[in-house]
Amino acid sequence: MTARVRAPGLTRGAVFFVIGVLLSAAVVLVVRALYGFESFDGGLTGKAQNAILLASLLFAPLFFFVGIGAFDYWFYWAAGKPTRPEDHSNHGAYSWRDYFRVNTDHKVIGIQYVVTSFFFMLVGGLLAMIVRAELAAPGMQFVDSNAYNGLFSVHASLMIFLFIIPVFAGLANYVLPLMIGAPDMAFPRLNALSYWMLPVGGLMMTASFFAPGGSFATGWTAYAPLSTDVPIGQMFFTIGVQFAGASSIATALNFLVTIVTMRAPGMSFWRMPLLVWANFSTSLLVVIATPFIAASQFFVLLDYALGFNFFRASADGDVLMYQHVFWFYSHPAVYIMMLPGFGIISEIIAVKSRKPIFGYRMMAFSLLAIVLLGFTVWAHHMFVSGMQEWIRIPMMVTTAIIAVPTGIKIFSWLATLWRGVLHLDTAMLFALGFLTMFTLGGISGVMLAMVPLTIHVSDTYFIVAHIHYVLYGGSLFTIFAGVYYWFPKMTGRMYDETLGKVHFWLTFVGFNLTFGPMHLIGVQGMPRRVADYPEQFAGWNLFITLSSFLLGIATLIFVYNTVASWRGGPRAEANPWRALTLEWQVSSPPPVFNFDRVPLVVGGPYEYGVPGAQHGIFQPPVEARPRQPAGAAEREGEP
Amino acid sequence: MTDQPPVASRESRAQVRQMLLIGAVASALGIALALLIDWFPVPASAQAGPIDTLWDVLLIASVPVFVLVETIVLYCAIKFRMRPGEELKDGPPIHGNTKLEIIWTAIPAILLVGLCTYAYVVLTDIEEAPATEPLNVRVVGEQFTWNFFYQGENGDEISSPQLYLPVDRPVYFTVQSKDVIHDFWVPNLRMKIDAVPGIDTHLRVTPDRIGEYPVVCAELCGLGHSTMRQSAHVVPRDEFDAKLAELARGPARGGGEGGEEETDGRTLFTDAAQPQTCDSCHTLADAGATGTTGPNLDDTLTDLSEEQIRQSIVDPDAEVTEGFAPGLMPRYGDSLSEEQVDALVDYLMEVKGG
Repeated sequence: MTARVRAPGLTRGAVFFVIGVLLSAAVVLVVRALYGFESFDGGLTGKAQNAILLASLLFAPLFFFVGIGAFDYWFYWAAGKPTRPEDHSNHGAYSWRDYFRVNTDHKVIGIQYVVTSFFFMLVGGLLAMIVRAELAAPGMQFVDSNAYNGLFSVHASLMIFLFIIPVFAGLANYVLPLMIGAPDMAFPRLNALSYWMLPVGGLMMTASFFAPGGSFATGWTAYAPLSTDVPIGQMFFTIGVQFAGASSIATALNFLVTIVTMRAPGMSFWRMPLLVWANFSTSLLVVIATPFIAASQFFVLLDYALGFNFFRASADGDVLMYQHVFWFYSHPAVYIMMLPGFGIISEIIAVKSRKPIFGYRMMAFSLLAIVLLGFTVWAHHMFVSGMQEWIRIPMMVTTAIIAVPTGIKIFSWLATLWRGVLHLDTAMLFALGFLTMFTLGGISGVMLAMVPLTIHVSDTYFIVAHIHYVLYGGSLFTIFAGVYYWFPKMTGRMYDETLGKVHFWLTFVGFNLTFGPMHLIGVQGMPRRVADYPEQFAGWNLFITLSSFLLGIATLIFVYNTVASWRGGPRAEANPWRALTLEWQVSSPPPVFNFDRVPLVVGGPYEYGVPGAQHGIFQPPVEARPRQPAGAAEREGEP
Repeated sequence: MTDQPPVASRESRAQVRQMLLIGAVASALGIALALLIDWFPVPASAQAGPIDTLWDVLLIASVPVFVLVETIVLYCAIKFRMRPGEELKDGPPIHGNTKLEIIWTAIPAILLVGLCTYAYVVLTDIEEAPATEPLNVRVVGEQFTWNFFYQGENGDEISSPQLYLPVDRPVYFTVQSKDVIHDFWVPNLRMKIDAVPGIDTHLRVTPDRIGEYPVVCAELCGLGHSTMRQSAHVVPRDEFDAKLAELARGPARGGGEGGEEETDGRTLFTDAAQPQTCDSCHTLADAGATGTTGPNLDDTLTDLSEEQIRQSIVDPDAEVTEGFAPGLMPRYGDSLSEEQVDALVDYLMEVKGG
């Protein structure tokens, strides 16, 4: 028993977590006593309870990370103790239990990421179902308005911070090192820590429903000063975002270093698959932008907990500053949630059309153009916020212009389809579904760039429709496409093609019936984020609710298909799609160290139809593994 | 990108022509359908026209783009799908075509710059300061109600819980907030602006259609956000002047249109209390009220004395029910007359007693 508690793992993590809570409580009580605040009135006072809860949210997770062993190596090193030579015992997964410990294998971490984020997708989806049930008819039926505001806030936060962003990081974690011919990510231990921050952030946001006063209920945007003056549930968002954001930044750094330094011989930048390009661009966005949302939420935290008055107008705070800082992250975040999907689609469309990707270099350049332009459009979320009026014009122009590189991508994909040999399996259907639905989302985005129209439709269901066409019809379709495409590689099993197609068609139809009509009721004047609405919108809302249930059922089919196929699907061969990229040149699932022979890259990744073209060839079996175990060498003193 | 020219066989050109034809027909149908839909609520301001026209132009520009993409995808999926026996076949190795790429970079860019220019013209048009002196209205948002203030003849401000606007006269709104961010929106007038604590924001509208329209809060402002709805009455000028005079006479009181005082407690509770009726936030079985924003009066009323009930109506923040934030409920002492407050208190005492 003691051995189990002392060994790194979930048990020790739980024990350390409790210690963290107790320490936070002790510090809070001591500090309150020093400042002369009353903490006891028979029991703990409400304020002391909140302070302890807040401190625990911030610090107890750090103890948990130490407990599960995410810091063991670094602590040994920092304490001057001999670090354990890396014997790679933390690599690979041999039973399901290996997914519940700190694992440094990028393939295990990739699966941890993907499964965790799909778990939160189901939670978020369930919340959306409750939201739709409440909106089925005017008036209040199932929940009260506080719970309702909490439902859509947690729904959006989970979908954005715990699903779309990390699931892309998870898919890339799995396939990106394989694609560039690397044995692992550049920083495997950092990679493990990035993963473990994720469930902490997610459980925090989900647990907010049990907070006194209910969950955070100010939307995922958490506009101040509303967010600085509500029950403690708000802090579950404010702090949960810090963990999800830190996870995101660490992974992005990891991707950047991996892509820059760990490409196989011959893998020049212009021979990288577009998924690698996409994650390179996304990681640049994350590293530059994500600190801004961290800052905005720290401002809120300081306002809320310590009375800093950043956003309190009565104390000379600046309310609009919150929105500028928040959107300086949260607009690029839209591209963080889309660019990796562009990468996935490029892979799938080239392979399934059996043609080279059309205009490869423009595809890569347009990604970089989106990265740059993405930082110049944030205030289009603030056209009616009361900011200086002149800012609206340049932001309108940049917002419209960002459609140009996006258009280049869409047209290049269409040209790739042209005269190909289209394999219309599930992954390809989702890719084509993405092309059509994302185009619609992009078009409503261009409409929203036009200031006079936005003055009317901002904060209405038109926005809800637009965001879901971009993030559901856009990002989620690419995620489904990617999961189906790499499912054989990741699990070593084939999924059920028929169920996959049923999933696609139900999703495609349900999606359009759910979010299509929202454009109309938005323009007609139904504001978003309302628990109740006038009678005139009753018909459409009932229709939308019923359609959304269809969408929910479609998702259950996906869950059944993946779980059942993973457990008992037919074995997958190494390269079922006859793809050229490197991840398909190794077994499914790949060997523990990816490549037994170092690949030598000799050509582009998409040379389909070119007679005799090769992307990677495998050298004779020299060392693919590190020559000596990492960490065994004495690092200090080295230049 | 140009290392290989596109395979431009006669067959390929015929296919492009066929597809473009299908696309053109579908676009025409799509545009017709999109323009047939009744998108907007009834326009009631001079600003509505240019905005609605901009929308139509955007539809005409967007539908062909969307239809083009749909057509190509569907055409490819049908025409070029893998047929039995083609399992190992590859498509032609086309790597790109610089001319095409320049075209599909330039044309959207030109189209977008054109749309932006037009939108800019519309924006200056709808926000242009009018030649005539506008009516100044101060709009103050608070959780969860709007209050409207007019300039009286002797310099006093006249307050009103409902918005009254004269038809065909430009209005200049100064929008403020007492607590959190709200958003002042009348869908029929098309214009909206956030009410931001600490700063004044402005909006110009010229109502041009007589009628009653909803005033909506469009920015999430807390528990009662969805109940923060009032009415804008656009009335003929003489009626407006009379209304203003009436509002100036008595402290802004009066339930409903006629301005007669409503003093039946139960009616006040469900229909007449200004600025928001009690039932929009409170539950009270006797009144058939099911609001959930504020405390459930069926539970809380029993513990309160008559004095406490009166205080909760006149100055709700003096003592707040546990679990509810201060500032949620407007001060009804400012908007109801003594008699009305008395009537409400009597009614609630009666409910409590019974």
